Amino acid sequence: MKNERREGSVENDQIRVRVRFFAAPREALDTGELEMEIPEGSTVEDLLNILRDRYPVLDSYVRFLNVAVNRAYVGMQTELHDGDEVACLPPVGGG
Amino acid sequence: MAPKLFEITTAPLSVDDVVSRLVHPSVGAVTTFVGVVRGQTGGRETEHLVYEAYPEMAEKELGRIGEEIRRRWPTVRQVAIVHRIGHLEIGETIVVIAVSSPHRQETFDAVHYAIDRLKEIVPIWKKEIWKDGEAWRSEHQPQETPAPEGAADRGAEEGS
Repeated sequence: MKNERREGSVENDQIRVRVRFFAAPREALDTGELEMEIPEGSTVEDLLNILRDRYPVLDSYVRFLNVAVNRAYVGMQTELHDGDEVACLPPVGGG
Repeated sequence: MAPKLFEITTAPLSVDDVVSRLVHPSVGAVTTFVGVVRGQTGGRETEHLVYEAYPEMAEKELGRIGEEIRRRWPTVRQVAIVHRIGHLEIGETIVVIAVSSPHRQETFDAVHYAIDRLKEIVPIWKKEIWKDGEAWRSEHQPQETPAPEGAADRGAEEGS
């Protein structure tokens, strides 16, 4: 995937991901969904750091989040790809 | 069309409806768990609850619980789990879990496993609303439980 574009491309390679929020962080952020442009090769952890920098209101939630990519739980070192749906999941409380 | 066995819905739940999704000539026992909105928690009076889900993933994770059960208890024939979301009043049904089998033995353990797993992995959230405030609630309270690394591996664990 990484080498599809020719080397020496002028712009920085960016990917677009759709980030979804639920429950307390969704309310804090006042939206359930963001489109984000992040550097190619970013991991889940990188994305969370970017989110925390850009939206300080998320700071108290980030360390407790589980993350799902395309509807499956993943670890923090998972690399993201263009078009991924990334869900930020606070501790669950069903039933 | 085969009835849906793993469902997130805003509509009121009926235990009979969920059980009827499992009828089959080979079935001799259906055990159910019904979760109901309680009027108070920790000495505080609840006005109502609001449930929210990531529905597409929640239905997938409910199906995964069904698969885990059928691996652990191969004689279980089918599992159905239906969870309601939205505004729920005291006494209303939150979730119905039903497990069918030719014989009753394993169905009790399987139902117990299903509700424990649901509270652990299914992306559903509960907000308690009191007369004087509100809060999102989890049995995995954030203060105690940092987000685990490698959550993807949880399915391979033999429960906890």
